[in-house]
Amino acid sequence: MAAEREPPPLGEARPADFEELEEGEDLFTSTVSTLESSPSSPEPASLPAEDLSTNSNGPKPAEIMLDDDREDLFAEEPILAQLVGMLNRRGREQSSTEATEEVSLDSPERDPILSPEPTPAITPVTPTTLVAPRMESKSVTAPVIFDRSREEIEEEANGDLFDIEINVSDPEKVGDGMNAYMAYRVTTKTSLSMFHKNEFSVKRRFSDFLGLHSKLATKYMHIGYIVPPAPEKSIVGMTKVKVGKEDSSSTEFVEKRRAALERYLQRTVKHPTLLQDPDLRQFLESSELPRAVNTQALSGAGILRMVNKAADAVNKMTIKMNESDAWFEEKQQQFENLDQQLRKLHASVEALVCHRKELSANIAAFAKSAAMLGNSEDHTALSRALSQLAEVEEKIDQLHQEQAFADFYVFAELLGDYIRLIAAVKGVFDHRMKCWQKWQDAQVTLQKKREAEAKLQLANKPDKLQQAKDEIKEWETKVQQGEKDFEQISKTIRKEVGRFEKERVKDFKTVIIEYLESLVQTQQQLIKYWEAFLPEAKAIA
Amino acid sequence: MTTTLTEIKHLPTLALLVCCEYLAIFKKTVAMHEVFLCRVAAHPILRKDLNFHVFLEYNQDLSVRGKNKKEKLEDFFKNMVKSADGVIVSGVKDVDDFFEHERTFLVEYHNRVKDASAKSDKMTRSHKNVADDYNRIGSSLYALGTQDSTDICKFFLKVSELFDKTRKIEARVSADEDLKLSDLLKYYLRESQAAKDLLYRRSRSLVDYENANKALDKARAKNKDVLQAETTQQICCQKFEKISESAKQELIDFKTRRVAAFRKNLVELAELELKHAKGNLQLLQSCLAVLNGDT
Repeated sequence: MAAEREPPPLGEARPADFEELEEGEDLFTSTVSTLESSPSSPEPASLPAEDLSTNSNGPKPAEIMLDDDREDLFAEEPILAQLVGMLNRRGREQSSTEATEEVSLDSPERDPILSPEPTPAITPVTPTTLVAPRMESKSVTAPVIFDRSREEIEEEANGDLFDIEINVSDPEKVGDGMNAYMAYRVTTKTSLSMFHKNEFSVKRRFSDFLGLHSKLATKYMHIGYIVPPAPEKSIVGMTKVKVGKEDSSSTEFVEKRRAALERYLQRTVKHPTLLQDPDLRQFLESSELPRAVNTQALSGAGILRMVNKAADAVNKMTIKMNESDAWFEEKQQQFENLDQQLRKLHASVEALVCHRKELSANIAAFAKSAAMLGNSEDHTALSRALSQLAEVEEKIDQLHQEQAFADFYVFAELLGDYIRLIAAVKGVFDHRMKCWQKWQDAQVTLQKKREAEAKLQLANKPDKLQQAKDEIKEWETKVQQGEKDFEQISKTIRKEVGRFEKERVKDFKTVIIEYLESLVQTQQQLIKYWEAFLPEAKAIA
Repeated sequence: MTTTLTEIKHLPTLALLVCCEYLAIFKKTVAMHEVFLCRVAAHPILRKDLNFHVFLEYNQDLSVRGKNKKEKLEDFFKNMVKSADGVIVSGVKDVDDFFEHERTFLVEYHNRVKDASAKSDKMTRSHKNVADDYNRIGSSLYALGTQDSTDICKFFLKVSELFDKTRKIEARVSADEDLKLSDLLKYYLRESQAAKDLLYRRSRSLVDYENANKALDKARAKNKDVLQAETTQQICCQKFEKISESAKQELIDFKTRRVAAFRKNLVELAELELKHAKGNLQLLQSCLAVLNGDT
């Protein structure tokens, strides 16, 4: 039977930069492409070879091949060879801690079903595919080694086995009453040298995370970087916890939040630019962090945020941008569609979670009832069989509870995360629009200044004329800067979107496979239970 | 019917869903009817009933009239009276151990079967809800797959297909549980009620018998209408003994049938659950193999 659903024809309007690449190729194109330095604040990263050599998950032989080939290539260039040798020595000195792949979520019920959290360290990139493109890039762009821009370093850090792992654990209630809050332990394991230690942990509360996000967003979003959004606030949830309700819904709430905070941090450190940020480092490392009071909804800053948001919304409606680049228009439409579809899927999965929990409760009720029935049944064999049935159903109820967990934590939460991420992506596109607007406004002002100068020329007022000329110069610079900013943000967004799409594909594939594996486990257990019951049923005489 | 269903194209249209629903309900109804007819046929007395023969043999339309309002009202009052009377009669202790035991047993059993039946219904309905959710998820994944421009679209489409197929299996699980478990319990709910009714009728006749005895003693004492009282007493006695005898047999049969029915249904339930779980497992594993091969 022919498949009724033909996949849509791919590749209709895909920009050349972002064609589907094999795992290793992305490094190649990006190392060749750019030489410009990135615009923003953080200090330059440490030498790239550290990241290369902290390839703790790869086998050693590949590393050696890398060194040998390099030396061959630069046999003619003694300076280059020296530099390469220096980099390699530094890399080898560094002890590479094995990036452990532990099950990061502590909830005991989840252990049988879930495989380790999908961190980048698991990506099945064989060292050989990594090595080969890099070989070619060396031969083509030898001088680039000196001039490694931060972007290339970031690309390698990104595509390579990226050695930082974050866990959020041990939620602990601190304080009493309405001033109480939950403190979470944030543990970092890394071999990146930008951190003072290889393994460290700190205590953070929810507003700290929000504060971090706020800082990162302020610094990076207006220049086109997609900053992962922090988990949402929940007044209801937190109030229950504060009040001290020790019921299952508040434990669930805390667990949901803990997992969300973990995913948030993991996504943030995956971003090569954000990883360099000192605020992020401070968040992960320093034992004391200044309280982020500006994150409170009803604070002065909070209200200002709300006003700004409203103003932005109005502005968005009034800016009519002449989009010269079809890529942006297309991408925006795509993200709009994706957003809608994800929301629908998310709603369906949440309904599934709800119904499965109901099913589990109903199975438990039935199990009890069947046990009672078994008790009152006076035929011995049947009575025993009914009790067995009750036991089977109880076990199945447990099974469905665990499956509901997987439904939620693996699938539904991922979808929720991406819905929020897409909102961040849309935000970045909006910033670009604002940037464009600024540029246009500068051009208009320049024009006005020029007209004013012309008028002054005719009116022959020499003192004011000089001032007008100065102003023209000032605005010419601003126009130039505006254009440059606009081009920069457009470039950054293209790169970010490319990265985002790659991450998205990887994330979804990993998560869906993990989810399906949880379903497999459930079915296997079901088979075991019913196989055990069948002879009991047959034994009724 | 199953062959034509597989020929219908694999598309989650409303029509297909309605078809599946109808098929499930049809299977259920047929099964119930079959059980009922078999019961009647197996019964030594009922099988000889003329109405039964007509039902089985008459090859044209039986125009069966439903109960009109008057008859329904009569039924209602009869039930009321019966319940009230039942309460009075059940206070009478029975001399016969067998019947006393049966009465205690039946009352408790009936209540528990009622509870189990209700809970089983809720359970099968929940299962169906989960199957419906799988359907919606499959549709959403399909939409995502057709719209996505990255290579994940093939992925989504494959998973969407999986959800459609697994949804069918889950729906069958729900339908089979309904058929084998819920219906079984419902049936025995009514059977145990019928058995209780039988015990009631016997108790009624016992009370009548005892009343007739008392009347006879009184009549003998007064030496008035003795013959009439004797006849009444004799009739009551016969009635009571006859009903006791057949009731005993019926109740023993009830137990035998009950055990056999539960055995059959529980075995079939387990076998079907196994079949579906294995089917699901295979679907999931083959889908995973494809997906893992692609990535």
